[in-house]
Amino acid sequence: MLSALVFVPTVVALLLFALPRSTSPSVFRVIWVMASAFELALIIALWSGYEADGGMQYEVRARWIPSAGVGYHVGVDGLSLPLLALTCLLFLACAVYSLREGRRIREFAALFLFLETTCLGVFAALDLILFFVFFDLSIVAMYFIIAGWGHKQAARAALKFFLYTFIGSLALLLGFIGLYLAASPHTFDMVELTEQNPLAGRSVYAALVLLAIVVGLAVKTPTVPFHTWLPLAHVEAPAAGSAILAGVLLKMGTYGFIRIAMPMLPEAWRRYALVLVVIGVVSVIYGALVALAQTDFKRMIAYTSVNHMGYIVLAIGAAAATADTSAQARSLAVTGAVTQMVSHGLLTGALFLLAGIMYERGRTYEMSAYSGVAAVAPVFAALTGVAAFASLGLPGFSGFIAEFQIFTGSLGPQPLATTLSVLGILLTAGLFLRALRQVLMGPPRLPDAPGTPRTFPDVRAHEVVAVVPLLVLAVVLGVAPRFLLDVIEPASRAVLELLAR
Amino acid sequence: MTEMNENPLNLLPEVLLAASAVLGLLLGSWLPRTRQWLVGQLAVASCVAGIVAASIAAADPAATAFGEAFATDPVTSTSRIVVLGGTLLVLGISFRALQADARESEFYVLVQLAALGALMMAGAQDLLLLAAAYLLASIPAYTLAGFRKDGPGTEAALKYYVVGALLGVFMLTGITILYAAGRSTSYPMLGDALRDAPETLVATGAIGLLAGVLFKAGGVPAHFWVPDAVQGSSPPVAALLTTLPKIGALAALFRLGDVVFAGSSLPWPALVAVLAAASMTLGNLGAFFQQDVKRLLAYSTISQVGYLLMPVAVAGLSDLSQQALLYYLAAYTVTNLGAFAVVCALPHARTLEDYRGLAKERPLLAASLVVCLLGLVGTPPTAIFIGKLEVFSAAVDGGYAWLAVLAAANTVASLFYYLRWIAPAVSRSGSSSPAEGDRTARVVAYAVTAVSLGLGIAGGPVLDALAAPITR
Repeated sequence: MLSALVFVPTVVALLLFALPRSTSPSVFRVIWVMASAFELALIIALWSGYEADGGMQYEVRARWIPSAGVGYHVGVDGLSLPLLALTCLLFLACAVYSLREGRRIREFAALFLFLETTCLGVFAALDLILFFVFFDLSIVAMYFIIAGWGHKQAARAALKFFLYTFIGSLALLLGFIGLYLAASPHTFDMVELTEQNPLAGRSVYAALVLLAIVVGLAVKTPTVPFHTWLPLAHVEAPAAGSAILAGVLLKMGTYGFIRIAMPMLPEAWRRYALVLVVIGVVSVIYGALVALAQTDFKRMIAYTSVNHMGYIVLAIGAAAATADTSAQARSLAVTGAVTQMVSHGLLTGALFLLAGIMYERGRTYEMSAYSGVAAVAPVFAALTGVAAFASLGLPGFSGFIAEFQIFTGSLGPQPLATTLSVLGILLTAGLFLRALRQVLMGPPRLPDAPGTPRTFPDVRAHEVVAVVPLLVLAVVLGVAPRFLLDVIEPASRAVLELLAR
Repeated sequence: MTEMNENPLNLLPEVLLAASAVLGLLLGSWLPRTRQWLVGQLAVASCVAGIVAASIAAADPAATAFGEAFATDPVTSTSRIVVLGGTLLVLGISFRALQADARESEFYVLVQLAALGALMMAGAQDLLLLAAAYLLASIPAYTLAGFRKDGPGTEAALKYYVVGALLGVFMLTGITILYAAGRSTSYPMLGDALRDAPETLVATGAIGLLAGVLFKAGGVPAHFWVPDAVQGSSPPVAALLTTLPKIGALAALFRLGDVVFAGSSLPWPALVAVLAAASMTLGNLGAFFQQDVKRLLAYSTISQVGYLLMPVAVAGLSDLSQQALLYYLAAYTVTNLGAFAVVCALPHARTLEDYRGLAKERPLLAASLVVCLLGLVGTPPTAIFIGKLEVFSAAVDGGYAWLAVLAAANTVASLFYYLRWIAPAVSRSGSSSPAEGDRTARVVAYAVTAVSLGLGIAGGPVLDALAAPITR
């Protein structure tokens, strides 16, 4: 069932190419939406059959390349299930949002479906090489999406994106090889590597492997100072591409920290946790400050991603920083980190889709070009307002739950760092409020096309259908988060047990 | 050397190839010009028969033929299958271009002889046989480089020949010196004798020997001929020059490292590691801003030799090195020939710009190109990805982690110039439409792409087969 979840989108993508060229574009759109909806139904079914305390479930193991220690091994636990669900939901939102996409819809749909496979594959993989294969292919698919459907500087942005993230993935591969060679018998299987803890007691080797893995994942996450690829890629990508890039692809990095680096290299992780805490805090503050300085709406959201990812890095660093704080606090930090991944995926996905709506009407992201949009497009304004408030961590939304857990969990072990990071919330509040006032309030003014003034029609039905569920879920998570936390908490306790070895 | 095992059946693939070359030459002089394709079919048949024979022989335990001069072990078996398979592909992409050419049959004969030379290099376990194989692999290749008899072709042939002749002399000198130092030309005996031989003699001899073998491999510092010879010769010949001799040369280098220099005082692994580092880096730097696709591929093959030299460097140090090398060789051959097949399929597209809009005109061909080029980078799930995984693992395992890091950095760098080719090919704004192309080459490109993906996804059994020990 899990394999079906992973591979169905690619199969559908191939089927799209089997249809004759003369097929009406709407057929492709409908197939795309239906396939994405099927994926969502499948993950809901998976979730309903999932036992919160049951550890790894839906496992499938098969021989793949045994002589290289590589196997096909997938499974789901409390860390991956929320992210798999998030992936399915966001891809469905993007499919619905793109119902009006006119340019080469067949290729666009096929690329997104293929990208969905790679994203689901990363979160389901329990073999390092399988993980890497999906991780790398997601870069390839995203490259073509940015290069083919992006804005003016798409070619340059796509190239930069590919080169940067490919460096990261190769560093990751070297780290994986280091783990492989240390294990006896040599294996890439995550479960076995986690049990073996092959680098216990070999501090230099473990430090090098951890360095390679952390650099690889930090590029993808991205954290300061590896974030420079992100703004350009986000700004130039089409709206749906940005939503996936921020909502799902960035999570691959943070997920990798919790899934691979923490449990497989516990000693090294504990030793260098302070470095991660520092990186996290710097990312929080720096990301927020740079976002504050932006005049471009989409670029601003992109930088807030650096800030939000910083909270996650802070939490997973703080969870290991000192062993003498209470286990409950540290578990809270890890749970908060996973919740933050889900929450950020929902909110940033929604924000990027809204930015796409804005660009489609006004042909620019420049905030100073807009004013008083609330008067002409009240629903759009309301949705943007809700997404912005949720993203800055207002109580009642998922972001608050996540950040509250992160700060409560991290404050004990890392009081100074956590205090500094809380300032990040203040900064994001400032920048979001400023952006809202600039764009939504004041006298109505819209960017002019040469000659005639443009109109700003309010959100259309398909755009509402794409954006509203993401925000509703963010509210549901903010009000009644238990159903999510029940899944995450056992898994984060398990990770901390592994880390304490 | 008490019992001479001169059973020619041990060399069945080689014998088949030689026989078909001779027969082809005779046939070619009698057949009318429109029927010369029969010689090509004969060559195809001999390659297929050779692959079958080699696969059957691969199941036998490792042995030697002609005293200890020629080894039949996994390295030889794999090289045979890869070389013959590569020859088949080269024949496939040249078939249409040569139809009813005045010298059609000569071309096929020369291709077979060059392939035979590569096969002999791969199996040679004796320095003298290696020298003979070097000449056999080189001389037909010189002729092929200038086969078109036009200006660039002549320049290519001349440059190739002059460099080859010079480095061939170095190689013979090196062999003489090693003979003096070790009093034998047979690898296993040399391996023992060189342990106590004077270091200077061994080093001088080894460097001379390396000059020749690296020339065939197209690795730094014997790589000067590669860009010009590849750009000047016709695309099928360029495909041949950048694959078949490399297979033989790298297999020969692996044997030299594992059997001859493993125990000697020479720092062989470090030497090869430096050469590997130089090859991958210089090849990549050279490829960066090339506009001509063949020249770009030429530099890319230089960098690929760098990756291929990594398992050679750790030949005696890591158990993974042999399967890493052989798998990478097979993956490289398939992928590189795939890229050249696309070039052959579009004979009028010379520069990167000429590929603009290919995806709109010929989506499948564009897909093949993307798969092959990303394959050369090592993106999963293509064959070279597993090859790179193995090669990196072998290098780290053998204590050359820095080389693996450098190779990873180089991989990223190489991505840049492959993307310079991919970007126009998949871009939508197609100004020039790629003109009528070569259908056979197109089919070869599709088939090779499928094989490259297949080897990447289902490479397990192949890797298993490559791990058996070689003869010493």
